[in-house]
Amino acid sequence: MHIHKYEKWWLTLGATSLVVFLIIVGISAFHYGSHPPSAKVYIDPERVDEIAPFNNPGVHKVEGKDWDYEVVFVASAFYYNPPEIEVPFGSTVKFIATTKDVVHGFQVAGTNINMMLEPGYVSEYVTTVDKAGEFLILCNEYCGVGHSTMTSMLKVVE
Amino acid sequence: MTTVTEKAKGFIQVDKRDAKLALAHIYVAFIALFIGGLCGLLQVLVRSGQFTLPWGITYYQILTVHGVLLGLILTTYFIFGFQIAAVSRTAGTLTDKQRSIGWIGFWTMTAGTVAASIMVLLNEASVLYTFYAPLQAHWIFYVGMALVVVGSWIGGIAQIMKYVEWRKANPGQPSPLITFMVVVNLAMWIICSLGVAVEVVFQLIPWSLGWVDKIDVLLSRTLFWYFGHPLVYFWLLPAYMVWYVVIPKIIGGKIFSDALARLSFMLFLIFSIPVGFHHQLTEPGIDSFWKYLQVVLTMMVVIPSLLTAFSLFASFEIRGRELGAKGVFGWFKKLPWKDARFVVPFIGMAAFIPAGAGGIINASHQMNQIIHNTIWVTGHFHLTLATTVVLTFFGAAYWLIPHLTGRILTKQMNHLAIIQAIVWTVGMSIMSGAMHIVGLFGAPRRSDFSTYGGSEQAADWIPYQIAQAVGGTILFIGIILVLYIVAHLLWFAPKGKTEFPIGEVSEHAEKTPMVLENWKIWLTICILLILFAYTIPVIDMIQNAPPGSKGYKLW
Repeated sequence: MHIHKYEKWWLTLGATSLVVFLIIVGISAFHYGSHPPSAKVYIDPERVDEIAPFNNPGVHKVEGKDWDYEVVFVASAFYYNPPEIEVPFGSTVKFIATTKDVVHGFQVAGTNINMMLEPGYVSEYVTTVDKAGEFLILCNEYCGVGHSTMTSMLKVVE
Repeated sequence: MTTVTEKAKGFIQVDKRDAKLALAHIYVAFIALFIGGLCGLLQVLVRSGQFTLPWGITYYQILTVHGVLLGLILTTYFIFGFQIAAVSRTAGTLTDKQRSIGWIGFWTMTAGTVAASIMVLLNEASVLYTFYAPLQAHWIFYVGMALVVVGSWIGGIAQIMKYVEWRKANPGQPSPLITFMVVVNLAMWIICSLGVAVEVVFQLIPWSLGWVDKIDVLLSRTLFWYFGHPLVYFWLLPAYMVWYVVIPKIIGGKIFSDALARLSFMLFLIFSIPVGFHHQLTEPGIDSFWKYLQVVLTMMVVIPSLLTAFSLFASFEIRGRELGAKGVFGWFKKLPWKDARFVVPFIGMAAFIPAGAGGIINASHQMNQIIHNTIWVTGHFHLTLATTVVLTFFGAAYWLIPHLTGRILTKQMNHLAIIQAIVWTVGMSIMSGAMHIVGLFGAPRRSDFSTYGGSEQAADWIPYQIAQAVGGTILFIGIILVLYIVAHLLWFAPKGKTEFPIGEVSEHAEKTPMVLENWKIWLTICILLILFAYTIPVIDMIQNAPPGSKGYKLW
């Protein structure tokens, strides 16, 4: 099939940009480990409160891991437990969260921390908190009538 | 300018009986636009914080109505009305049997729509148009949704039968371009909606009836998004049909290349479906390798999009130069800027540039975390669906409806149609712009007005929510205007003949290779890609499935 000269240039330019773009995204993902939260950890959604680490929600200092703190959250309509957390500025934190009932979101406004919480699954995300201040944690997946009141607070302190 | 009289060459009128079937769909589409649009207005008003809903109606109830009516009903019905007319216009009048099947499809979809709507109005199904489990709606809502899908298959088969009949009668010849495009769109629709049909029939209905206690949440979401992304291409491809086939005729030019048009549609067929994970990038339980793989497949639609952009602007430039345009961009001025049939879809095309760029951001693996479930996404699809697609549909309605009703678009209505598109552009720029910006700050989508416990961050979002209310109100004025024009075209416009514009292919274009119409090849590639992208992660999902979820009614 004959393709016009200009169209060849146009498609070559477009396709090349696309390949370069996908390679950059790929290197960022597979070489630098910057993947979206994709944990494959499973849990019985009806027994969340009995199972570690969700039997003890909150901030836990850990040793000998790639991160300094583990922050454990339990979501349920229309609350997060704990309702507020504090972590030191500059620390590396692993967020570990799950839901006891329907699907919820876990988004820390103004940051890249944003993951879905689904019943039966544990969501995890490791990040370095490099901005001080108070960040609103909110549910960003519709979960029922109280959806927009479902919040917690992340305080990053110096 | 806006009408073509009988003396026009090759004037072909869609058969009255087919016109009636097409119009039935178009009526439902515009009723859905009115009710759904009204709900949209109420939403932006509520979210401004200045208004509360009366009579115990909840925000999520009207949000469900808005999403279902505009995302699923307006689109599907308008598309079917348009496609039936296009097939009848170019492949010939439907046989009585085909038309009866078309009507059965219409009534099946409509019965489903009514059933689902009643449940939403009774507040038994405030689960939004994505109906994510384990929120559990009344079983009648799910049955209604299933009927909409099954009805669309039946109506789709009527259109496909006409195509098959044409191919048999004209062996070795490429089918009429727009009929071919209709069939590509239907093939994609049927393949993708199998996913949502399996979710609804085998998971949601038995679970909502209490026949089974638990549901596999991740599997249901995966089946939904296997359907949910091709759904947006199902909306977009009819707009592309207008751009590729109708617009060249309206501007007095030719279709740049029949072969490239067909190639781009086939590429959309194969790259639209194996991509649903880009809606699930932040979800647990799916390995990030498979997410990335589907990100790559998602981005492949950039290629047919570039082909489309090139072809359209080539048609425009060639026509402008025929009219004596000089210089590099002189042709741009020569386009028919006073013809609503051109201007309104053209604004839609222009909107697709930022809309497409936003889409690339959304589907970019890790970048998705910045915007996932923020109102940026709502801003995004109000550019793609609610501007690009909808303005193209409005522009098409201005010749399609009078063609079907035997009336004409008067000068005044043509003028009003252009004003309507400008009103729409202004309203949407404000609303979608505000949504995009505040989404980057983290404001969530699909959420009632909230101060989030007095959070300072959330306080900063409120001015943008007020801007959304202003933009949304302007858009509602746009809806009233388009409904006025549509009502005029249906019942009051002067009698006369309006052309269903179908472009001819440029004499410089290459002959179309028949491989582009070889369904065995393209459907095989399509299915292989789906199997490649989904088999392993879905088996993994089923093998490692956690205990399922019981249903919740939390609204």
